[in-house]
Amino acid sequence: MGRNFGRPVRRLEDGRFIQGNGRFVDDVILPRQTYAAFVRSPYAHARITGLDAAPALQMPGVVRVMTAADLAGAPDMPCGWMIHSRDGAEMKVGSRPLLASDTVRYVGEPVAVVVAESRDQARDAAEAVAVDYDELPVVVDCGDAMAPGMPQLHPAISDNLAYDWELGDEAAVDAALAVAAHRVELTLRNNRLIPNAMEPRACNADWDAQDEKLTVWMTHQNPFGMRTLYSAYYGLAAEHSLRIVSPDVGGGFGAKAPNYPEEVVVAFAAKLVRRPVKWTADRTEAFLTDAHGRDHLTTATLGLDAEGRFLALKVDTIANMGGYLSTTGSLIPTYMYGTMLSGQYVIPAIHCRTRAVYTNTCPVDAYRGAGRPEAAYVVERIVNVAARAIGVDQAEIRRRNFIRDFPYQTPVLFEYDSGDYEGSLNQALALSDYAGFPARKAEAAARGKLRGIGVAAYVEACGIGPSAILAKLGGGAGMWDSAEVRVNPVGTVEVLSGAHSHGQGHATTLAQLVADRFGVPIESIRIVQGDTDRIQAGTGTYGSRASVGMSATFNACEKIIAKGRRICAHLLQVPEDSVRFADGVFASAATNKTIPFGEMAAAAHAANAFPTREIEPGLVESSFFDPPNFTYPSGVYVAEVEIDPLTGVTEVAAFSAADDFGIIANPMIVEGQIHGGLTQGIGQALWEECRYDPDTAQLITASYLDYGMPRADGLPEFRLAFGCAPSPSNPLGMKGCGEAGAIGSPPAVINAICDALAIDHLDMPARPEKVWRLLHPKAAG
Amino acid sequence: MYDLAYVRPGGLAEATALLEADENATALAGGQTLLPVLRARLASPSRLVDVARLAELKGMALDGDRVVIGAAETHAAVSQSPVVAGAIPALGRLAGGIGDPQVRNRGTLGGAIANNDPAACYPSAALALDAVIRTTRREIAAADFFTDLFSTALEPGELVTAVMFPRCAQAAYVKFPNPASRFALIGVFAARTAAGMRIAVTGAGAGVFRWREAELRIDAGGGVADLDDLALPEDAFTSDLHGSADYRMHLARVMTGRAIAAVDA
Ligand SMILES: Cc1cc2nc3c(=O)[nH]c(=O)nc-3n(C[C@H](O)[C@H](O)[C@H](O)COP(=O)(O)OP(=O)(O)OC[C@H]3O[C@@H](n4cnc5c(N)ncnc54)[C@H](O)[C@@H]3O)c2cc1C
Repeated sequence: MGRNFGRPVRRLEDGRFIQGNGRFVDDVILPRQTYAAFVRSPYAHARITGLDAAPALQMPGVVRVMTAADLAGAPDMPCGWMIHSRDGAEMKVGSRPLLASDTVRYVGEPVAVVVAESRDQARDAAEAVAVDYDELPVVVDCGDAMAPGMPQLHPAISDNLAYDWELGDEAAVDAALAVAAHRVELTLRNNRLIPNAMEPRACNADWDAQDEKLTVWMTHQNPFGMRTLYSAYYGLAAEHSLRIVSPDVGGGFGAKAPNYPEEVVVAFAAKLVRRPVKWTADRTEAFLTDAHGRDHLTTATLGLDAEGRFLALKVDTIANMGGYLSTTGSLIPTYMYGTMLSGQYVIPAIHCRTRAVYTNTCPVDAYRGAGRPEAAYVVERIVNVAARAIGVDQAEIRRRNFIRDFPYQTPVLFEYDSGDYEGSLNQALALSDYAGFPARKAEAAARGKLRGIGVAAYVEACGIGPSAILAKLGGGAGMWDSAEVRVNPVGTVEVLSGAHSHGQGHATTLAQLVADRFGVPIESIRIVQGDTDRIQAGTGTYGSRASVGMSATFNACEKIIAKGRRICAHLLQVPEDSVRFADGVFASAATNKTIPFGEMAAAAHAANAFPTREIEPGLVESSFFDPPNFTYPSGVYVAEVEIDPLTGVTEVAAFSAADDFGIIANPMIVEGQIHGGLTQGIGQALWEECRYDPDTAQLITASYLDYGMPRADGLPEFRLAFGCAPSPSNPLGMKGCGEAGAIGSPPAVINAICDALAIDHLDMPARPEKVWRLLHPKAAG
Repeated sequence: MYDLAYVRPGGLAEATALLEADENATALAGGQTLLPVLRARLASPSRLVDVARLAELKGMALDGDRVVIGAAETHAAVSQSPVVAGAIPALGRLAGGIGDPQVRNRGTLGGAIANNDPAACYPSAALALDAVIRTTRREIAAADFFTDLFSTALEPGELVTAVMFPRCAQAAYVKFPNPASRFALIGVFAARTAAGMRIAVTGAGAGVFRWREAELRIDAGGGVADLDDLALPEDAFTSDLHGSADYRMHLARVMTGRAIAAVDA
């Protein structure tokens, strides 16, 4: 731990945010600004038989109406991750034009766009665009999508099946299951979620015809990826003439990582009308079109020996892709999911089959955890079903099966780097007073309440990622990250970082690191992110990968210090290898003189005290860091619930989380991440559920009146503890903490509910009526 | 939001004149129901007549055996009023349980009553306590005021000016909140009044109603346990995403029991 690093330093960006001085895309208003409004399909599945923009063109303030015909040269939306089916065939990608031309496949799909002088004029005119539809039958449920006779979404893709993928040795699994002393089976759903970032999607595109330069302000998690796509794929402008700016981003949760049609269309529109075009989604558009999360239907079988040791796990999942494959939609239920099915356990044989299907729903992509929560949910649920079946305590069955030796090669590709799973379990049991639970249960029973306790252990893969490994799994882009550290003549520091904060506090944590490395005040450091004109290359932030950008920053700082030592050797007239740097001061045993960091920076720029043919003037260094492996954060959570049998209401009475994130940069920020993640996970377990009408595929939960967001008053005081098994995969030993809470908490809560009700399973969310009906099976209805 | 005009009249007479002159004009109070509707472009009034600051619609005072609350009083004001707390403590608590602080600081009694959302809280209190709704034209008994889903006895251009609630120390409102919206999935207002036990149920789906069978049974000396076998009006209950009619009916029973227990506590 340094003066800053490892300490709960207050977030440097918060003063700005809480005083309303944040700068979000919607705050950007350019000269000659115009506004876009999208015409969206009111039907989930229909053929477009006619489109008449003429009435809209007569409306006041209308600058232009664009339809698919205006984008004839533009390629379809790409899916960025190639998955191969078990027969070796490439996944089947349903064509997805930027604006629908002949068929719409989910409610809210963009069909046309109106550009007008004001936002309201654009919306008025959008309502005047006349579109004729021939409605088609729909399919919503992923469990129905492959059934005979179901509506087919894409021509030449039979059974709505995008791919039929597998991982692991099926024969070995079947053989082990056949001789297992115990076998348990479980069918479960992972409910579809709507991400709900506070700031909806927004963009503002500006074409400078003189310089042939396109600037797109966009609320996004990965502006660099967008620059590559917009230039190399869409040809909107040359790469060096394309600037993407993602300023302050008000939450992403994964849903701001994909490439969406609206932003691309707005960029094309700006070129067409030669004026800046801005679009800000309203909340309804966010519900309808931000990539949704989860939505799996899974059957799992676990085999155990007579002592309760796991022998084999077989998982068969149908994953709902929505109407089209989103940017990384294909990756989530495969390499982000099947690879995590070993959990924290030695399971000698694992097989996962995933069938990804098209339905008439919003496309599904990464959402906080992205595949890993789905995997943890399967593993942690079936482990409890097994514990119940063989009569072993849920903590004990985990202890019996933990991985203890690292690195550990799982049967599903990944090699875990480090961990102390039993340590986390012990911490969690102590935090939750697991031993005292029977007394609390009895006390609750005396009050007429059913109390239950649930343990869940998760492991996830973060710090994505090792580029060569990812390429083998179907990835296209390098997944390193970058940092350029610029030390100015008077010793202030700018860090141009290729990571991108959308609420995680990078302006603070990166500054903490640099302040301690250089021994300078944290106020003298500025972190620059999210502007591709300032930062040459980067990979953005998702999948708890800030450790990658942080490591690049660390390595760039080391280069600055190395150069500083060379400069100071000349200033002090001592041999270079005698120069040491600590606490912001260069010193040498060969002299009493010392040189503070700032003076070295001044000397580097004055360039008159060292031979500039040997050492270049200036003080700028950059680093690209490509990790050798993922990092593997882990933890054990204990949820305690109390159920009112008269109403079926579940209250989370207590929640304890013991996590291992390796080295922690800022415990206050990490606690905040855990609080947020737990809240989302508890939300998934109890309230959140995206529902479409099964007959029309209209989104029923299209506002906060019907979509149950978690709120502070439904949560207990969280009890947290941290272990630390540093990751060997980066120089800082960090692992990442952004998704953990959302991964471990759904199974912990459902395990607790099942314990309270003495049942094997109930699907999320545990709505009061669902619980009540389990308790009162004879009730009417 | 569609283009519209906004007026803030100086007095009630002017407000009424504006509304009577233009059938497409709409009164705006706290805007907690109306503004989301406008923002979603589900309504397009020609003009909004803002009644939220009209002095004639303000005030909370005792008038003999009744508490008179101005239509433009906010939920926050009602929940913090010593007059209300002294005369009908349950009513202040009901107001304090509506929405969140932002909603309570804006939303008004008059707006809530006039809107008659089938999941709203206030209508149950008005019905159970036999409140009288005073308008710019007349006085209407609560029993006659709430006519159907989102509809009331109000005529075009007619404004609620105040609601008069008979004093009642022995009353309680128990709400089972919809986990998403926090409106009442079921809310029960129970009151021991001079006329006997009153039980009004909101949230059932088809609008607020009195559970008369339960009132009679309690008046006849029955206890909470005696309500279990009692019929509820089936057509008052509807099913949706958040609960089936059966479940709502069950909740109505349980919440009635809890409300009565709270009244007698
Ligand atoms: C997030 C949220 C949560 C909520 N939770 C609850 C809850 O738990 N329980 C609950 O009961 N309610 C709840 N509400 C609704 C809230 O109580 C509203 O304030 C109320 O329904 C409308 O009051 P208003 O003053 O905002 O009316 P407005 O929205 O301004 O108007 C509503 C309607 O009433 C008419 N109107 C207004 N004043 C008068 C008048 N004096 N005379 C005649 N007509 C009039 C308007 O023309 C309009 O048609 C919630 C609202 C929100 C946004």
